[in-house]
Amino acid sequence: MGAQLRVYKRRIRSVSATKKITKAMEMIAASRVVKAQRKVAASTPYAQELTRAVTAVGTGSNTKHPLTTETENPTRAAVLLLTSDRGLAGAFNSNAIKAAEQLTARLEREGKQVDTYIVGRRGVAHYNFRERKIAESWSGFTDEPTYADAKKVAAPLIEAIEKDTAEGGVDELHMVFTEFVSMMTQTALDARLLPLRLEEVAEEVAPKGEILPLYDFEPSAEDVLDALLPRYVESRIYNALLQSAASKHAATRRAMKSATDNAGELINTLSRLANAARQAEITQEISEIVGGASALADATAGSDR
Amino acid sequence: MAAELHVELVAADRQVWSGEATLVVARTTSGDIGVMPGHQPLLGVLESGPVTIRTSDGGTVVAAVHGGFISFADNKLSLLAEIAELSDEIDVQRTERELERAKAEDDAEAQRRADVRLRAATAAR
Repeated sequence: MGAQLRVYKRRIRSVSATKKITKAMEMIAASRVVKAQRKVAASTPYAQELTRAVTAVGTGSNTKHPLTTETENPTRAAVLLLTSDRGLAGAFNSNAIKAAEQLTARLEREGKQVDTYIVGRRGVAHYNFRERKIAESWSGFTDEPTYADAKKVAAPLIEAIEKDTAEGGVDELHMVFTEFVSMMTQTALDARLLPLRLEEVAEEVAPKGEILPLYDFEPSAEDVLDALLPRYVESRIYNALLQSAASKHAATRRAMKSATDNAGELINTLSRLANAARQAEITQEISEIVGGASALADATAGSDR
Repeated sequence: MAAELHVELVAADRQVWSGEATLVVARTTSGDIGVMPGHQPLLGVLESGPVTIRTSDGGTVVAAVHGGFISFADNKLSLLAEIAELSDEIDVQRTERELERAKAEDDAEAQRRADVRLRAATAAR
């Protein structure tokens, strides 16, 4: 075998090995998307009922709560950024990070100091590399988040918002995550979690101007709201974590699919080149033999005469 | 039509039970409360404890609920809990072992959880 042909054969072998790997990753991601979507769906009833309850207390009573009232001059804000632990997901992480950076820039223009909280190793690595400050970070559960993880993430955020701003607390809480729109579309977006905009929440629950009943609160509206709001934040974070996980798997699937397609294309091109090289080799061999034979024939013909 | 109310028992990550019932008894922070059809709209904070649902076909469903809320309006009752388990999902022997361990390790939280589970499991029998 000629040297050139051998090089082509070797490259084809290595690309096929890569193709096998990316194909397997694509299929794993595809099955995980379905699982993650199912988890999102399973968490919806709780989130819905909770939102309903929050609206009921918020609109049905005149209670003032730090988590629902806007400060006159918000000076500090917390941003929670949800990324994934692992890459190989196309632009998934960079889109989320970009959205977080835009939000941070906007908040800073408004004169607020921003504390960044990050979920996922990718986001942490991005911020560490640029030597930016991270208030707190979590990782290790982004592929399959559980409710306990959401609680863990929510705890310091709720603590920060309940503290006075002068003592290191924050006035606002924003979250950047990737919304799972469909298998093909995932968009990074930011949402303000707290203080709660009750009108917006109310719209979600009763879009047709449905009037919520006048509730009897047990033990009291303040206590119910006190207990309800942290749960509401947790459930929102849980939902965002799940959507982010589903989006990550969908993005991985897409990235791995195009990697597999590209590998297939590369194998095609390489085998064409290998064929051409083989053919060239054969042609050369034949012309060498023919040339040699005719040279021999010429020599013997000369000696005969 | 016999008076009945629709009950949804949902945990953070799944729907645990849903169906029609005639009476639901749950423990709020200010004491046990029984809700029957036509009760006035109510929103309360639940304590960890067993919740008893008397279904409209005469059966009884008991669930262990670890914190959460009860909300009732328009004859629809929702029980929201971070963790909720039906009594027949609870493995009594395992829970007893957990209780032992929690006592040994002096883990009040785990002890309370195991205790609630056990109470719910025994209440159903």
